[in-house]
This record gives sequence, structure tokens and C-alpha cells, in this order.
Amino acid sequence: MSAPALPLDSAALKTQENSAPAVVFENIELAFGDKEVLRGISFHLRAGETKVIFGVAGSGKSLILKLSLGLIRPDSGRIIVLGEDINQMREEQLFDLRRRIGMVFQESALFDSLTVRENVAYRLTEEHGVYDDEIDRKVREALRFVELEQTLDLYPSELSGGMRRRVAIARALITQPELLLYDSPTGGLDPVTSNTIIELIMKQRDVNKTSALLVTHRLQDAFTLATHEFDPKSNRMVQLPPGKQCSVPFTFLILRDGKVIFDGDLYQLAHTEDEYIKEYIS
Amino acid sequence: MELISPTDLAKEKVLTVQDYVLFCVHALANLFRKPLYFADMIQQADAIGVGSLPIVVLTGFFTGAVLALQASNTLERFGSITLVGQLVSTSMVRELGPVLTSLMVAGRNSSGMASELGSMVVTEQIDAMRALGTDPMKKLVTPRVVATVFMLFFLTIISDLVGLVGGLAIAKLLLRLDARQYWSNAWETLVFQDAFMGLIKPVIFGFIIATVGCFYGMNARGGTQGVGRATTQAMVAASVLILMMDLIVTRFLMATLSYH
Repeated sequence: MSAPALPLDSAALKTQENSAPAVVFENIELAFGDKEVLRGISFHLRAGETKVIFGVAGSGKSLILKLSLGLIRPDSGRIIVLGEDINQMREEQLFDLRRRIGMVFQESALFDSLTVRENVAYRLTEEHGVYDDEIDRKVREALRFVELEQTLDLYPSELSGGMRRRVAIARALITQPELLLYDSPTGGLDPVTSNTIIELIMKQRDVNKTSALLVTHRLQDAFTLATHEFDPKSNRMVQLPPGKQCSVPFTFLILRDGKVIFDGDLYQLAHTEDEYIKEYIS
Repeated sequence: MELISPTDLAKEKVLTVQDYVLFCVHALANLFRKPLYFADMIQQADAIGVGSLPIVVLTGFFTGAVLALQASNTLERFGSITLVGQLVSTSMVRELGPVLTSLMVAGRNSSGMASELGSMVVTEQIDAMRALGTDPMKKLVTPRVVATVFMLFFLTIISDLVGLVGGLAIAKLLLRLDARQYWSNAWETLVFQDAFMGLIKPVIFGFIIATVGCFYGMNARGGTQGVGRATTQAMVAASVLILMMDLIVTRFLMATLSYH
């Protein structure tokens, strides 16, 4: 796919390196009834870093994203997101924090009674005080970014699964959030569409240096992200030379039975001695 | 089927009541917090109020008509058939107008709200709304509560009026009574207490309809089956609560308004 020119505000393009971590999980425990789902999860997501979270189904990957947004609360432990200790925040205060975060849900979670335009513009219309012309311009730019400008007046039910996922990405990106959370963005999609989505995620990672947590169970997506880089000149992703890693921090987090069993970069992953991980990535 | 111990069942019910009360407090408290989502209130008022108008008019008309017919049979035995207007007006204004209108609106909208919000819950749209920085209680619940309370008040007035017209149709066409006599009887018998009782009830019932519908919708679990269950439960719970509150409110108002 050749992606179009980026629609992003230059002010939003600042590199966030050397600043506070975007997300910190400290010994997070979470149980539903008698079932312990997360057991002592700890990790850091540096500013500008993209971390891919792996794990088998039911290992609690998506819960990490929901915990990061404060959609659910942990039983114990501390979560710091964009410098705020979210366990100490009331729901009312969390809404302000969530406006600085973009989330792409597993099944897109587009509002089915709103058009694509209204879905993408949702955050801007909720902010009030943003003029209609400005909203329209930003919606078109965001949809151009995901190459779906022609779908403005369609309803989500009229779109394919891949298109819905791209609209969800446009909705998450429209306000240029400081942190992006992707919940299985390529789940259930064909390889070609998955590649398109991965390229969009890569573009956001490499050009805007937005911190991101990406939950997936597709190894090939994670390895594509680790071994490719987005080239703004050609507007497409290009493979990195062997041995070279991408310019922005890119790491892996692997969960097993509610615990973190690996947290490191591609090099560390390739040289791990853990039999389970070896089997998982083979 | 798994058996639940009576203690667990009692705990579950008490917890549900507690959650419902907190839900109502939250919905009301949002009236005093910005933003107010006025456009959503208007949209809901249109969907709930204008949309319910046909069934409310039909229910009111036929209730008034059948009331006149039934009353005539009894009143005739005492030679007081001219009092049909009185009986229809007091029954409609005090009791049947508010209760039947509320039951009709509950059947249409309580279940509608539960299914709409329930579908949004199971498709993660509510989570998405929260993730986008919007409070679903403010955006979805409070406008529905305000719209239902406001519109049910006026729907009840319309239902009362149409019920009187229904009674008039029977009085004039079947009982051969004088229309003017029917109207003056119906009008003069009404006192402030009747109107007050008849207009305070839709406010309470409207609140019940919206909060119960939204409560079951927002707590729907278990996919489409869960949404279906929430829809049915919302309608049943709202209807029973309306009838129960009707008795309590009637008794309370009769005691405090010094009815003779």
C-alpha cells in the first residue's frame, strides 16, 4: 500500500524521548471471582516506545489496555499513565486523561448509529468550541491518513471489517493522542488488509513517535513492525537491513498465566533461553 | 440448572437494589454537572414523546370509552347515569391516565432503552465512549431520564383529555346523554388534589421507566441473549415498579392532601 501524505499537525510531531515513561505498571493483580487473571504484572513503556504484548487467548492482554485507560481497576498495584497515578483518580478525572489517549478496540467499537464522519469527529464534537469547518478538515485528514475519505457518509454496517478497523484508527488518531492502545487491530483480517493496518501503525510509530501498546496474537505483525520502518519519502514501509533495529524503541512483552515472562527487544527475544518462548515464536 | 443458595440470592437482590439506587443518584447528579447534552435530550424527547403519542392516544381513548360503558351499567342501577362524566374524569385524571400511559411508555421505551444500551455494552461501544473521554451516564442516561420525565408529564395530560373524549363518545352515542352535561360534570368534579395527584405520578413513573430501562441496558452481559434478557427484565421491572409506586404514592397523597 502506498500511503498518502501525513495530515498531522507539526506541533504534535515532537519526539517524546527523555521524558517520563508513558505507562508504568507496578505489581498489578487482578482477579474475577476466584480466577486470578493478572498476577504481579510490572513493566514500563517509555515515551515514544511501541511495546507489543503477546500471549495466548485469555492471558489478560486486552485487560492491560483496559487497565491503562482506567476502564477497569486493578485489585492491587499501581498504574501510572502519562504521569498520572490512575488508581488515585475518580472516574470524572479519568475522562480528562482519556482524552489524551487513543484506543483502537478489537472489534472496532464504532458507534453504529453514527456515520463514519460522525464517528471520526466524535472527540472533536464532544470537546465543544471546535468550529464545524475545522472538524470537517480534521476528519477528512484523518480519513485520508487511513485512505477512506470516500466513506464519510457511510454507516459502520456498510463497511468491511478492515475498513471498520481503519476508521477506528482514524477516530483514535484525530486528536493526536500522546499514547495509543491497539487491541488486536489485525484480528480476523486477511493478510493484505492486516498489512495495511500494520503499515498505518508503523507510520504513526515512526513519524509521530507516539507511545503505543499493541496487543496481538499474530507474530508476523509484530515481526513486520520490528523489521520494517516507515519511509516518509516513498510513503510506504521498507525493510530494515539485517541486524539494524528501527529508530524508535520497539519491545516485546510476553504474558503467560497472568505473569510477564519476557520484556525486551527483538535481539533479546531472538536469544532467549526460555523454552516456552522459543516454542511460541518458532 | 445451577441452584443458588437463598442467602446468595438475597445478597444478589440487595446488591442490585443498591446498584440501582446509586445509578439513579448518579443520573440525577449529572443534571448539575456540565456538559448537559441538551441536543440529546431533545432527540430523546422526540423519540420517546412524539413516538409514543399514537399508542398513548389510542390507549387513552379506549380506556375512557370502556370506563364510561362499565360505569353506566352500575350507575344506571342507582338512577345516576348522568354522573358518568364525573366517574370518567376522576378515574382518568387520578389513576388510569397516569398509570396506563406509563405502562404503555414503559412497554415501548423501557425495553427500547435496555436493548439499545445493552447492544452498545456488548459491542464495546460504551467502553469506546468512555475511552474517548465521554461519560456514558451523562451522554446516554441523563438525557433519557430528563426526556422521559418531561414527555410523560405531557403525554399523561393528552391521555386524560383523550380518555374524556372516549367517555364522551360512549355517553353521547350509546347512552344518549347530553354532551354539555357530560363535560360540565367531568370538569366541575375535578379539584386541585385530583390534578396534583394525576400530574405528580407521571413525573415519578417517567423516572422509573428511564432509570430501569437504562440500568438493565448498562448492566447487560452475555451477548445478544443477554441483551434480550435485559430487555424483558427492564419492561417487567418497570411495569411492576410503576404499579407498586402507584399504590404508595396514592396512599401518601391521599393522606397528605386531605382528601374527602
